[in-house]
Amino acid sequence: MKKQKTKTLRGLLLGGGFVAVAAFLFTGCPSQQGMMDTGDAAQKVYVAPGEHDEYYGFFSGGYSGQLSVWGLPSSRLLKVIPVFSQDPETGYGYSEETKPLFETSYGFIPWDDSHHPHISQTDGDADGRWIFINANNTPRIARIDLETFETKEILELPNTGGNHASSFVTSNTEYVIGGTRFSIPYETDLDVPIDSYSDEFRGALSFIAVDQETGMMDLDFQIVVPPYNYDLGRAGKGPSADWVFFTTYNTEEAHTMLEVNASRNDKDFIAAVNWRKAAELVEQGHGETISAEYYHNYYEGKQGYAINDVKDQVTILDTREIDDEFIYYLPTPKSPHGVDIDPTGEFIVGGGKLATVIPVHSFSNMLQAIEDGEIEEYIDGIPVLNYDATIAGEVENPGLGPLHTEFDGRGYAYTSVYISSEIVKWSLETFEVVDRIDAYYSIGHLMITGGDTVDPDAQYMIGLTKTAKDRYLPTGPKQNHPAQLYDISGDRMELLLDFPTIGEPHYAQAIRADKIVDQVAQIYEMEENDHPHALLRIADNRVEREGNTVHIYMGATRSHFRPDNIEGIKVGDTVYIHLTNLEQEWDVVHGVAIKGANNAEILPAPGQTKTLKWEPTRTGIYPFYCTAFCSALHQEMQGYIRVSAEDSDVDLAWRTGTN
Amino acid sequence: MKTESKIAMGLAALLLLGLYYMPFWTISMSAPQYPEGIGMYIHIDDVTGHGRHDLQNINTLNHYIGMAEIHAEDFPEFEVMPWVIGFLIALGLIAAATGSMKLVITWIVLMVILAIVGLVDFYMWGHDYGHNLNPDAPIKVPGMSYQPPLLGCKQLLNINACSWPYTGSIFIGISFVMASGVVWYEKFKKKN
Repeated sequence: MKKQKTKTLRGLLLGGGFVAVAAFLFTGCPSQQGMMDTGDAAQKVYVAPGEHDEYYGFFSGGYSGQLSVWGLPSSRLLKVIPVFSQDPETGYGYSEETKPLFETSYGFIPWDDSHHPHISQTDGDADGRWIFINANNTPRIARIDLETFETKEILELPNTGGNHASSFVTSNTEYVIGGTRFSIPYETDLDVPIDSYSDEFRGALSFIAVDQETGMMDLDFQIVVPPYNYDLGRAGKGPSADWVFFTTYNTEEAHTMLEVNASRNDKDFIAAVNWRKAAELVEQGHGETISAEYYHNYYEGKQGYAINDVKDQVTILDTREIDDEFIYYLPTPKSPHGVDIDPTGEFIVGGGKLATVIPVHSFSNMLQAIEDGEIEEYIDGIPVLNYDATIAGEVENPGLGPLHTEFDGRGYAYTSVYISSEIVKWSLETFEVVDRIDAYYSIGHLMITGGDTVDPDAQYMIGLTKTAKDRYLPTGPKQNHPAQLYDISGDRMELLLDFPTIGEPHYAQAIRADKIVDQVAQIYEMEENDHPHALLRIADNRVEREGNTVHIYMGATRSHFRPDNIEGIKVGDTVYIHLTNLEQEWDVVHGVAIKGANNAEILPAPGQTKTLKWEPTRTGIYPFYCTAFCSALHQEMQGYIRVSAEDSDVDLAWRTGTN
Repeated sequence: MKTESKIAMGLAALLLLGLYYMPFWTISMSAPQYPEGIGMYIHIDDVTGHGRHDLQNINTLNHYIGMAEIHAEDFPEFEVMPWVIGFLIALGLIAAATGSMKLVITWIVLMVILAIVGLVDFYMWGHDYGHNLNPDAPIKVPGMSYQPPLLGCKQLLNINACSWPYTGSIFIGISFVMASGVVWYEKFKKKN
């Protein structure tokens, strides 16, 4: 018995020793937490009531499908912008205006998984015109305008499975990129055995042109590439501005148990694409037009119903068929996840999530290697460059599982490290780690204010982590994902705040508030309301019947609806309530909801018109009311609709004001 | 009259042209929900909001307590005032051209009368606007009326309303001072 106990104790000690040694091997020195003066930290994040934050932060909602807006450094949630998921709170995806945004070649899809917001750029700096974000599951890219903070456009990407390497913009927003995480066959709806992977499946890198005036997206071309997993992408900057870089994993071309089968190769690739040359090749007619079905959903005017423009073809550039070289593979250890370009445009940092070092390629070395013909082999016409020729350095002891890197513009890089749950700061000159700090817990992306530009502000850094565990009051088996705010203005990183977010934030962006605050709209101008069913003058309120369809042109102003008594609706009718909020005062919102309607509310902003579709199935009296506490007499803002039997002869009638 | 006086009188008359381009009075209101402020400008021929939609928003707020809506077309003053100011400018220019002291003094007296009439008219409108309330108004506060102040600030329920001369009035003031200066110079200074 005693012997047994001793054995157990020895076993424990031995096991503990191994763990300690392993931890030391993987992480180098034990984590050194900067001495944190919590009083100082509180002061740094304190933004007094009524005062404004210094930065707008835009965090992806991950599996919520949305985009959340935060004030930094206070880390207050300002708004959730609904993008790829229906939002009953605002009627987004329920109103007739917004439903078409959700249409795809697979029909209406109420949900998606949004990952990487990216603010439009001019000369490599964020300009705050628009913010783009990708849908990973059913591949799409959305454009949100930063005047109204509303989703204005959604473009579906064909030939793509998991649009993960997206939606990053080039230096002047010439293109937004998309990339397939899961290679699939190009031919639409092709029914083939899964083990024909290497023969039938191909990767797609998408280049979406952006109209500089309107922001409107157009899928210019796709590059057909070997069937790997294209994970993340980034555009170059400055000297490398004509290039975009994508990471790949699964160069093993596994289609089952990727955990093991896609982790065998010592090196996968970073694909360097000269997009300018590719675009020229397309312009010169080297592309091939193939059939493809995908939806482009957008608004034609300032208001109205989003429209579905169904596309039936796409231009492709197939590396196997084009002699000109416009794409190169840079061997990179080992299943790299992130690829990040420093502000000078020279360093291409791979996040080898299974690697023990952070590989840093040099853009100028890469150009030299291309010139010198340092090519190891060709894969489907794509030159694979020599690793030693392109590499500038390897960062040792970065911790285990480096994923993503951002830069402060002062010569340092910051890499998130998932498995050892920390952020390491390292020098772009010596490639040596100079500081490290814990993340709570298991960090994915990180983001520096004003980051991924030629000129980061580098005041704060946000770590976006995957699990909260014990960080806050417990809220059940599934908790919200956290984020941490760090001060990086000094030599040492300092943790300031740790707060829960919405959904699962992947990447985020932050821009100085003064860059966009003056362009933010306070109302929709009624004078510019071009909605085909708008009620431009309250006196024009009316109800019109066309067969079984009834249009109610309703106006809302403090504190009544016009009309508010409606009779002559019948069971079997399809009723459209076009509610125009006639207010022209900032933040005065009216909504409408009807008892028994199998729908959400609609909630038009001042000057906006929204349409609620209602199909009454039972006779009776249906109260409706304003859902927003709009004024002192909000409780009085209500009305009744009488629904009669299908064969009744009650005349259509509407009234307001005479009791 | 000396040439300098004639020029000064001419300029005094021409200064009134500014009234065609800028408001001469402002009523500003503030309330907890209106940190940005809300208010209106009074011109010789129009009433406008501080912001594009302020007038509409003031009318919306005022309907709760039964105050009438403000619309420029309801004010006959806006039809008359441009002509009155035009007449004053013409008279002032004639006074300057002829060098008639009588005309200058008449001009000054007319200005004073006009100012008094204007203020009385403004007071009467304010009284009517604040007291003549719709009996169906949702909010009725016993004994409460909402007459805006003639000059200065006044708390009306949750709203603090302030009434002050605006840029156009500076032109009126300078014009008046210049014309008075001419009289002073011609009548008294020259004798010494």
